[in-house]
Amino acid sequence: MKSEYDVIIIGAGPAGSIAAKTAAQKGLSVLMIEKRQEIGDPVRCAEGVSKIWLRKHIEPDHRWICADVKGSRIYAPDGTMIEMAEEIAGGEVGYVLERKIFDRALAYESAKAGAEVMVKTRATDLIMENGFVKGVKVMHLGETYDIKAKIVIGADGVESKVGRWAGIDTSIKPVDIETCAQYLMSGTGIDQNYCYFYIGNEVAPAGYVWIFPKGNDLANVGIGILGSKSGEKKAIYYLDEFVKKNYPNARILEMDVGGVPVCGSIEKTIVNGLMLIGDAARQSDPITGGGIINAMEAGKIAGEVAYNAISKGDVSTRALKEYEDKWRTTIGYDIDNSLIVKNTFTSFTDKEINSLAHSLEGVNFSSMSLLDLLYALFKANKKLLWDLRGLFKNVVKYELDFER
Amino acid sequence: MVTINVNKFKCGYCGACVGVCPVGALELVETWIEVNETCTSCGICAKICPVGAIEVKK
Ligand SMILES: Cc1cc2nc3c(=O)[nH]c(=O)nc-3n(C[C@H](O)[C@H](O)[C@H](O)COP(=O)(O)OP(=O)(O)OC[C@H]3O[C@@H](n4cnc5c(N)ncnc54)[C@H](O)[C@@H]3O)c2cc1C
Ligand code: SF4
Ligand code: SF4
Repeated sequence: MKSEYDVIIIGAGPAGSIAAKTAAQKGLSVLMIEKRQEIGDPVRCAEGVSKIWLRKHIEPDHRWICADVKGSRIYAPDGTMIEMAEEIAGGEVGYVLERKIFDRALAYESAKAGAEVMVKTRATDLIMENGFVKGVKVMHLGETYDIKAKIVIGADGVESKVGRWAGIDTSIKPVDIETCAQYLMSGTGIDQNYCYFYIGNEVAPAGYVWIFPKGNDLANVGIGILGSKSGEKKAIYYLDEFVKKNYPNARILEMDVGGVPVCGSIEKTIVNGLMLIGDAARQSDPITGGGIINAMEAGKIAGEVAYNAISKGDVSTRALKEYEDKWRTTIGYDIDNSLIVKNTFTSFTDKEINSLAHSLEGVNFSSMSLLDLLYALFKANKKLLWDLRGLFKNVVKYELDFER
Repeated sequence: MVTINVNKFKCGYCGACVGVCPVGALELVETWIEVNETCTSCGICAKICPVGAIEVKK
C-alpha cells in the first residue's frame, strides 16, 4: 500500500472490479479496497445475468458459469404459465453464475491490469479538503490509515456509506428496496434449461419468487418482497412457505439474504473528486432487481472518466459530469423505464395479474420481440396501456433497449 | 437508552438494514452490525431485515 494513488475504489463487487480494471488499463495507479476477507462471499445474489452484456466485460469461463438457460417460465397466481425464449426474457436469463468465483475472477482481472487490491480493508470515512474528496480513511487489520487519491469511486453496494460521507443521501426507503432471502437447494427436480418466476401478492407481495438452475440438480430458490410489504412476515417466512409447499423433500445447502435497491435513478452520483457506481448509486433494475450488468457498465464508464479527468487535471463535478451524463443516457434510460413498469405492476391485484397472464396464453413468444409482447398485453388490457403511458413517452423519446 | 438489538445468530450480514437507515446509524463490520447513538428507533431496519434479526427497543 502506497500513501497516494490516482484512484481509490471502495468495494470489490462487479462495479468496483470493472472500474479498477478500466482505470488501471489506462495507466492510472489504482487501489481497490474490500472490507471482506473473501471477495464475493457471502453471496447476496440469484446469480442470473444476460449473456450478451456479460461478454462485453469478460470472456465467459466454465469455472464460474453454472448453467446456460434457454428461457423463462413465469407463473401467474392461478398457475397460468407463460414461457419466454431467452432473447426476449430480459436481463435475468442467460447464464447463472457462481458469484463467489465470478467476483474473484473480476478482481483478478483488475489485479492483472495493474490495480492493487487490499482485502480486509474497510473504508471508515473520506478525507475532505476545500470541498473536494481527497482520499479515504481505512481500517486494515485493526490499524487505521489515511490514503490520498485524486479520485475516489464508491462501489460499496447496497449498504453504501461513501455517498453519505460525501453529502449525497443514498438512504433507501422501504418502498424502494426488495428484501430477499434465498436457499441453494438440491433435489427440486426443475428443468435446468429454464429460469422460473412466480408472481402474485400471496407468494411474494410486490416481488417474485425465482428458481434459477445451478447445474446438476442444484437451484437457487429465492424470494424478494417489497420492503414496505415486509412486516410481521419477513422474506424468509414467505420463502419457507413456498419451499415447504413445493419442494418438501429438497435439501438446503446454503442460505443467502440481501436487499436490492429498486428506487430508480437517484438525483446525483458525483461530487468533487468522487463518483458512485453500481448498487451504491442505486443502479439496479427496478423490475428485475438485476444489478450485475449495470454495475459493470457504470464501472467501465467511471474508470474511463477518471482517466479523462485526471489527464486534464480537473476532478471537479464539472469534469465528472461526463460520468453522470454517460450513465444516465445509457443504463439510466432503462432504469427509468423499468421504474414506470414496476410502479404499475406493484399496484396490481392477483386477479389483475391472472387476467394479464390469460391474455398471453397461447401466444408464441419464441418469435416475438418485447414490444410485440407489450402490444399483446395492451390489446387485451386497455387499463394497462393507460397506466404505462409514461413508458411510451420514453420509448418515443429514447428508443427503448430491452436487451439488458 | 433508545436503540436496537441485532440477533447476531440470525443475522446473515447482508447490509440491507444499513442501506435503509435514514440517519446512517448502522454499519456492517466484518460479520456483525454496529449501531451508534444517532439511532432514533424509527424501526425501518427491523421492518426490512429479510430474516427478522432486528428488534427495536423503545
Ligand atoms: C437476493 C439477491 C438476488 C439478486 N439477484 C440478481 C440477479 O439474479 N442478477 C443480477 O444481475 N443482480 C442480482 N442482484 C443484484 C446484484 O447482486 C447487485 O446489483 C450487484 O452485486 C451490485 O454490484 P456492486 O459491485 O455495485 O455491489 P456489491 O456486489 O454489493 O459489492 C459491494 C462491495 O463493497 C464492499 N464494501 C461495502 N462497504 C465497504 C467499505 N466501507 N469498505 C470496503 N468495502 C466495502 C462489500 O463488502 C462488497 O463486497 C441480486 C441481489 C440480491 C440481494
Ligand atoms: S438486514 Fe438483517 S440480516 Fe441483513 S445485515 Fe441487517 S440485521 Fe443482518
Ligand atoms: S431504528 Fe431507524 S434509526 Fe435506528 S438503526 Fe434502525 S433504521 Fe436506523
